[in-house]
Amino acid sequence: MHSFGYRANALLTFSVTALAFICAIASFSDKFSNQNPSAEIQILNINRLKKQSYGNDEVSLTLDISADLQSLFTWNTKQVFAFVAAEYESPMNSLNQVSLWDVIIPDKEHAKFRIQTSNKYRFIDQGHNLRGKEFNLTLHWHVMPKTGKMLADKIVMPGYSLPDAYK
Amino acid sequence: MSWIGETVDSIKSIKIRQLLTQAVTLGMIVTSALIIWKAMMCVTGTESPVVVVLSGSMEPGFQRGDILLLRMTKDPIRTGEIVVFKIDGRDIPIVHRVIEVHERKTTGKVDVLTKGDNNDVDDIDLYADGQMWLHRHHIMGRAVGFLPYVGWVTIIMTEKPIIKYLLIGAMGLLVITSKD
Repeated sequence: MHSFGYRANALLTFSVTALAFICAIASFSDKFSNQNPSAEIQILNINRLKKQSYGNDEVSLTLDISADLQSLFTWNTKQVFAFVAAEYESPMNSLNQVSLWDVIIPDKEHAKFRIQTSNKYRFIDQGHNLRGKEFNLTLHWHVMPKTGKMLADKIVMPGYSLPDAYK
Repeated sequence: MSWIGETVDSIKSIKIRQLLTQAVTLGMIVTSALIIWKAMMCVTGTESPVVVVLSGSMEPGFQRGDILLLRMTKDPIRTGEIVVFKIDGRDIPIVHRVIEVHERKTTGKVDVLTKGDNNDVDDIDLYADGQMWLHRHHIMGRAVGFLPYVGWVTIIMTEKPIIKYLLIGAMGLLVITSKD
């Protein structure tokens, strides 16, 4: 009952169980945080709206993104992944979501920001439906914890539109 | 002279019974582990409820050696979700984020494009030749939870199989030599 093997086994089992319990509590504590993030996106300029050689439309635009995601950070947060996506409908597709820009926010200080940037990823349609298209811009965030359950949500900002003709 | 035969017989029968009990106990342990694994598959809705992160393409969020807890529901696939998918003809599951979704009006089928957070380009080069999009049947699950560092055990056992054999050998030895 007191051999090294038994003691090592008991110690190992206990420490693993205790660690698992602590991880679960850490994750659970995230439920009590009050979260009220805010964001605003403006389109500064539509740089190009063109038709590619294979017939798909492509847009290049410059965005002004300002957001305050500081309230998402808790002591159990490792990073927040935020991205901006354009959402629209087309004749063939009930929903198209295209990610335009993203950022990894490592801590609370960086979570309040304003940035002006052109789209990081190409905005290409499946087809040529983008002229005059109305679309939503959504800011999504994904809270990645140090341990436990991940949390994702978004703010939808409707009412943006593209020019009626290629430019 | 018959008492020699009797003693020999009784010794033999004790050993056999003990051996059988040990074998049954071992079988019970292995079977309950299997039951737990299959039950997790049912509850989470995916063939692999747990995966180990093998590459650095999702850093700094997920490091090599972390464990991801997966779930698969019938909910539609949307941008921002971290999904685990397998390319046709390849065994290794890949954990990346969805950055583009196109859902057909008529069939409800989706075209999905993914990218690792830490990669500069999207995953088009990872897909099979000529494949431009992922579809629902490629996707095994969504990551919903995460445990750091625990997956290193699996990585070590896969990359240095000698450790796996050593461990199994040691466990087998323990079972045989234990007095109960």
